[in-house]
Amino acid sequence: MSDFAFQMHQVAKQYPHFQLQNIDLQLPNGGIMGLIGPNGAGKSTLIRILMGLIAADKGTTEVLGHNMPNHQALAKVNIGFVSEDMRLYKNATLQWHMDFIQRIYPEQWNQKYAVSLLSKFDLISEQKIKGMSHGQRVKSSILLMLARQPKLLIFDEPTTGLDPVARKEVLNEMMVVLNDEDRSILFSSHNTQDVEQLSDQITFIDRGEIVSSDDKESFIENWRRIRLHADSPLTISVDQHVKEVINQGRNTTLIMHQFNESMLRQWTQQGAVVKGVEYMSLEEIFVAEVEAKRSGVAA
Amino acid sequence: MDPYLVLSQKDGRPMYLQIMEQIKSLVAQGEWHAGEKVPSIRELAVASKVSVITVKRAYQELEREGVLLTQPGVGSFVAKNDELGDQIMKQEIDKHLSKAWAQAKSFGLSLDELMARLKILATNNKGVKDE
Repeated sequence: MSDFAFQMHQVAKQYPHFQLQNIDLQLPNGGIMGLIGPNGAGKSTLIRILMGLIAADKGTTEVLGHNMPNHQALAKVNIGFVSEDMRLYKNATLQWHMDFIQRIYPEQWNQKYAVSLLSKFDLISEQKIKGMSHGQRVKSSILLMLARQPKLLIFDEPTTGLDPVARKEVLNEMMVVLNDEDRSILFSSHNTQDVEQLSDQITFIDRGEIVSSDDKESFIENWRRIRLHADSPLTISVDQHVKEVINQGRNTTLIMHQFNESMLRQWTQQGAVVKGVEYMSLEEIFVAEVEAKRSGVAA
Repeated sequence: MDPYLVLSQKDGRPMYLQIMEQIKSLVAQGEWHAGEKVPSIRELAVASKVSVITVKRAYQELEREGVLLTQPGVGSFVAKNDELGDQIMKQEIDKHLSKAWAQAKSFGLSLDELMARLKILATNNKGVKDE
């Protein structure tokens, strides 16, 4: 067994109006990776390549030790996938779906776990899908996936459209999966707060390329917002560390990458007073990283 | 030992600092005893709904500060040091007092004046309770 849930090397996929390129990405077993990117960044294309649903033009993709898409049948037994637009049969009950999945995965299906999820997710197995709310349908899809205990769980926007209570139920259950060190999760989300709380690794993707991929603590540690106050205007220009300068009269705000305290001296020597050195939220970091990449300044 | 910590996303500080602070206060208050085994990184992460790497970072920093000891393959323990709770408490208090002293200086207050303020607060229950 490989040490990685998945590994992608130099993966590329060309479409008429979009290309995914230079994708190098790996997730160690037992890890959870959050994938963040604007709409159309290539998150779904990347996920589909991982699932073996589409073949890349270039590069290699290995999932749970199996080459994709050539050996996808072997890998898929242990991959679980849930997306927002997952289709369930409207006229069938959740119980019918549970029986159906159990017949496909008789070895993997855990009936006891499935029943416990029914109550955790506040679902009624005898209810037909067409009578369910959006949140109940999403939770039903997640139940059907979790109960067959895949090794790699892929969630495409798992919390989109869920109310706060349902969102918490889903996020909690995702963490419970990680109790088992051999199971890994990849999830894409617009909600950077979810990603920030749960992820070990975070990957930012924009315009078909990976902007950056690192462990979460490094991301948070690398960026700071500096607030300076000076009576005479400061001359600060964008460089390797200063990624953005916002001047508002006597106040200057800087967005800084790989900050350390000694960098403040250059401005205090110009007569500036440091009003604050603040951590940034993952959302702010994401925007800063994307802007730095788009403007061609290596972050 | 209940491995459950309560973390806030609105706190503004990195999550690992919140974890460190809560563990330190558990030790200082004697909830986690010297030499006692603490939850594994993964257990604590799952119970507190934060990522494994965040808890790992907190444990590493706590090891550096001498609060926890990790034996590879065995687990992590509260350091065997009976003074530990006391030390943490003093550190915490000092942190707040240094801040108060810095603030007092910036307002031009002398040390005696600050002490006098503290005395007034301490004798006035309401002021202390509300911090």
